[in-house]
Amino acid sequence: MNFDLTQEQEMIKKTIREFADEVVAPGAIERDRTKEFPIEIFRQLADMGMMGLPFEEKYGGAGADTTSFAIVTEELSRACASTGITYSAHISLGGAPLNLFGTEEQKEKYLVPIATGESFGAFGLTEPNAGSDAGGTQTRAVEDGDDWVINGSKVYITNASYAKHLALTAITDMKDGKKEISAIIVPTDAEGFTIIDNYEKMGLNASNTTELVLENVRVPKENLLGKRGEGFRQFLVTLDGGRIGIAAMAVGIAQAAFNRALQYSKERKQFGKSLSEFQVTQFKLADMAMKIELARNMVYKAAWLKDQGRPFTKEASMAKLYASEIATDIANQAIQIHGGYGYMKEYEVERYLRDTKLLEIGEGTSEVQRMVIARQIGV
Amino acid sequence: MNIYVLIKRTFDTEEKIAVSNGKIQEDGAEFIINPYDEYAIEEAIQVRDEHGGEVTVVTMGEEEAEKQLRTALAMGADKAVLINTEDDLEELDQFTVASVLAEYLKDKEADLILAGNVAIDGGSGQVGPRVAERLGINCVTTITDLKIDGSDVTIVRDMEGDSETIKTSLPLLVTAQQGLNEPRYPSLPGIMKAKKKPLEELELDDLDIEEDDVEAKVETVEVYLPPKKEAGRILEGDLSDQVSELASLLRNEAKVI
Ligand SMILES: Cc1cc2nc3c(=O)[nH]c(=O)nc-3n(C[C@H](O)[C@H](O)[C@H](O)COP(=O)(O)OP(=O)(O)OC[C@H]3O[C@@H](n4cnc5c(N)ncnc54)[C@H](O)[C@@H]3O)c2cc1C
Repeated sequence: MNFDLTQEQEMIKKTIREFADEVVAPGAIERDRTKEFPIEIFRQLADMGMMGLPFEEKYGGAGADTTSFAIVTEELSRACASTGITYSAHISLGGAPLNLFGTEEQKEKYLVPIATGESFGAFGLTEPNAGSDAGGTQTRAVEDGDDWVINGSKVYITNASYAKHLALTAITDMKDGKKEISAIIVPTDAEGFTIIDNYEKMGLNASNTTELVLENVRVPKENLLGKRGEGFRQFLVTLDGGRIGIAAMAVGIAQAAFNRALQYSKERKQFGKSLSEFQVTQFKLADMAMKIELARNMVYKAAWLKDQGRPFTKEASMAKLYASEIATDIANQAIQIHGGYGYMKEYEVERYLRDTKLLEIGEGTSEVQRMVIARQIGV
Repeated sequence: MNIYVLIKRTFDTEEKIAVSNGKIQEDGAEFIINPYDEYAIEEAIQVRDEHGGEVTVVTMGEEEAEKQLRTALAMGADKAVLINTEDDLEELDQFTVASVLAEYLKDKEADLILAGNVAIDGGSGQVGPRVAERLGINCVTTITDLKIDGSDVTIVRDMEGDSETIKTSLPLLVTAQQGLNEPRYPSLPGIMKAKKKPLEELELDDLDIEEDDVEAKVETVEVYLPPKKEAGRILEGDLSDQVSELASLLRNEAKVI
């Protein structure tokens, strides 16, 4: 057993923490208001080589491990969760499936621009009628000569407006009344491909969430990602990794909420005492600190298992479920500790609650996580 | 160009610092590269990228300073040297550090040596100039701009808010002031490669230095934290009354005039 981070992980943490505090945090309130995508921050992250963090050097990556990915995602999310989700989706939904299932040529063509930060990464799974039940996919890809012709729509797709291409799932055949679902790489500038960016969201306002409409979009057959009919299995594997990212985001937001609550409780005086002198506040803060510690340990464990090449489905689900639920709770309590001030945007904590709620929904709702865990423990 | 950077591991003065038994508690403290030394590292990397050559970062102190050296390597330095005095020396002062560093540097044929203008812990600002003096090379402190053309060097140095332009030549030692550059964040590939870059560890023996010859000349009598800031006081009343009250407070209470 060893709970120490490696020297690299330690250095990555220090670097990204400084970057988050100096570059990411200052504009977070403003971006939440204006919904401006943090493109300049990502230019800098690209310069720092962060955009290809876990991918091999030959594809423009840095070859760092999943724990490092979790550290970077946590720190960015602590400063600005919109920046955090953009990063997490870029790596774990955009880059990872190409890395896992792409051919050498596909990696050269599609993973390299993602790893270098030239394109953002995105992944299109969810549809109006296919959320938790991804089997409900209705988007179709029909063979026509050397091409696939794709029709359908996707909803709530992160980063698509800033992606040059993305993988999406579609029905490629029907066999005995059963859908054959495959993943196909589609360039976002393909004819008939429209990306609509006009959702009004509760939070994560500076992140890019889009609707995709595909009308007779043609891509060459070689754009099939992985094996035909394996789309379902592939996205399950992809989401396992993505959940570590969501969990790390939750830890980051929870940490931010805790930090603010702790500081505020020492400054604010009522009844002649600072709030931190009331036992009820102390207990709240103690609970927060405990939950964050537990959540982070679980994230690191899931990440470590993944890096060891061991099964990590259950642990990633547990980490995601636990971290996202405690983050909502902690953000909520942080507002409570701030009283009326916490209800004001200036104090940041209200944004944490609006931002973190998504983490109980995206990449599998809390209910879906419980289903995954139940299956894993053999019920 | 053969470039050396002298760096120091210091505690982060922006984090909480605790003193007990006349010593700063290292347990809870955060350690960083002295911020002024970061400017020196950045400048060294830029000079190398423009003129070619090699950047070696050197520190003197304890084993733990390896972390700061690795960070400098991650930023882009090529080699690192740790002069580990943990077992040999109890106390270090400017004399000790400058003597050892100069001894190390004397046969290295450095073209350019960069150091921080001052370390945020000790705050003496002496190590750089003392090293230059011992090596018998030119020295310019608190620089905010550096241009090298062959062996001619043009420097702008900060003079308490004013600036002075100086022409000098290599070999040269300069100390970096805020404003010289914007130190880069270590890149991720840089971090991943830092471990593979050479880091040499030396002890006084390796430099043929006798401990007695470099023994600290400064004795630390006491270490204490500055007094807690008291709440400010706002003077009221007529402007002229305020002025005379302020003058009398400065004389009688604060005893500064
Ligand atoms: C900001 C944002 C970003 C997103 N980014 C992406 C992206 O990049 N790519 C992508 O593909 N998708 C993305 N999504 C979609 C997200 O993954 C889905 O919203 C999520 O999987 C839930 O699906 P749904 O919204 O259709 O809800 P539904 O599946 O309709 O669920 C509604 C409720 O019913 C519950 N429920 C459903 N089935 C069961 C059951 N069997 N038992 C018990 N309870 C059940 C759910 O837990 C939930 O509480 C994003 C969503 C948002 C809001």
